Amino acid sequence: MSDSGAAAQQSAERAAARVARESYGRLVAFLAARTRDVAGAEDALGEAFAAALRMWPVDGVPDNPDAWLLTVARRRQTDAIRRRQTRTAGEVHVKLIADEIEDASQAPDAIPDRRLALMFACAHPAIERGMRAPLILQTILGMTAEDISAAFLIPPATMGQRLVRAKARIKDAGIPFAIPDPEDLPERLEAVLDAVYAAFTKGWSEIGDEVVPAMADEALWLGRLIVSLLPAEPEAKGMLALMLYAESRRAARRDATGAYVPLEQQDTSLWDDSSIRLAEALLREANRAGPTGRYQLEAAIQSAHTARRLAGQDNWRAIVALYDHLLARTHSPVVVLNRAVALAERDGPAAALLAVDILDGDRRMQSYQPYWAAIGHLRGRAGDKEGAIAALTAAIGLTADPAVRVYLHARIAALRDG
Amino acid sequence: MQYMLLIMGDEKLMNAATEVDDTGMSADYAAYNAALAKAGAIRGGERLRPTSATTSVRVRDKKAVVLDGPYTETQEQLGGFYIIDVPSLDEAIDWAKKCPAAQFGTIEVRPVWPTRRE
Repeated sequence: MSDSGAAAQQSAERAAARVARESYGRLVAFLAARTRDVAGAEDALGEAFAAALRMWPVDGVPDNPDAWLLTVARRRQTDAIRRRQTRTAGEVHVKLIADEIEDASQAPDAIPDRRLALMFACAHPAIERGMRAPLILQTILGMTAEDISAAFLIPPATMGQRLVRAKARIKDAGIPFAIPDPEDLPERLEAVLDAVYAAFTKGWSEIGDEVVPAMADEALWLGRLIVSLLPAEPEAKGMLALMLYAESRRAARRDATGAYVPLEQQDTSLWDDSSIRLAEALLREANRAGPTGRYQLEAAIQSAHTARRLAGQDNWRAIVALYDHLLARTHSPVVVLNRAVALAERDGPAAALLAVDILDGDRRMQSYQPYWAAIGHLRGRAGDKEGAIAALTAAIGLTADPAVRVYLHARIAALRDG
Repeated sequence: MQYMLLIMGDEKLMNAATEVDDTGMSADYAAYNAALAKAGAIRGGERLRPTSATTSVRVRDKKAVVLDGPYTETQEQLGGFYIIDVPSLDEAIDWAKKCPAAQFGTIEVRPVWPTRRE
């Protein structure tokens, strides 16, 4: 097969898999919301989903994917119940799900989309923060524990156990499948967005593994889904815009040798204009009533960086001002750090080093690679060669990314020569 | 679903509460109980005597061991409980937030494991 033929086939496979995931997620959400049994819904649809992933790329996507999955799932469920003659507590649930599948397959076109409600359940404050993103990836997208564990750097068996426990918790604790009331919505939505953004950054910052760029794509897809299901929420648009700005620079982040390229040195011709345009449009819509949240501010900062590069003129004043707003809202040490780097461009490296002084005793920063890289950068600009080399060396010791390591070594070499 | 709200707090503070009347109920609790009743959510609940009045019992090798005091000494003691019936965890958390003891102690929200057929 020719390269273009293989590419076409690959893209057809991906399209078929996408439809299968879309349909699977909708059905899991529907069954789980009816029965509060996420694991049961996944079990009931698992074989049908696996069959769809296998068959649809070859045979084509059926006219009604939901009906196809339900038909296969129904057959499996009926068999399972017939096989099990003993009456056990578990059987009540199997029967419950089987009844729901039976009802749904009578009118597959009338199945409501409960995926948003399922995402709110997965990102409920009663669920451990670190498990919210993995839960959403598994229940909404049908990703396996193994694929998720690769991105989250947790052994697959451990990830599997934690997912099982989290789903049991949703059921046993009575976590609701519902869109929260307007007064709780901003906070609860933030938890959902944080989970999706966490998945995105897993796919963004780590490199080398096949599954990881796919994670960023899945997160983008979830971001679009949330925007389509909650079109009135500016923060959802803000987060999607933020992810798209980052995505637009994917090709420019590495040079020909594979070394990391910092934002200010990137070849802007490699930026993806269509992602930027989409991000700008989303941000404009989100900010119509003024920015209302963290993601809109972070996206606005990215927009300012983009404008700076495209227009070729410096707007550090605006970027620092946006960081000021973000800092007042989040009090995050990472924001203190990023603000200081922008401040160095406006007021010089001495002012920036003064601004990061408050992070000196922060233990989280001591083992945070970008902290030491930024300190090294600022000290270098302030003429403190030895201090800069010490900080950059600390950063090298903290990175797992070979591309970043190459870049940091080059910085040290430049300081030594200069 | 039924939930038990366990009122956990430093009992020295709970016992020192000044607004307590003869029946051991403060005005805040009276108001809270009235709200629970009005919402039709309450299934039961009591205030508990302090751990100094606690007796612990266990049977080992067919012999009962009776000890004075609680099972474990902890920073926070169980001071009382409610059993409520609400649609989901969100409503249970809302009621826990409104419980007067949430201001200084911790309200543990535990789903009741149904063992009787209704």
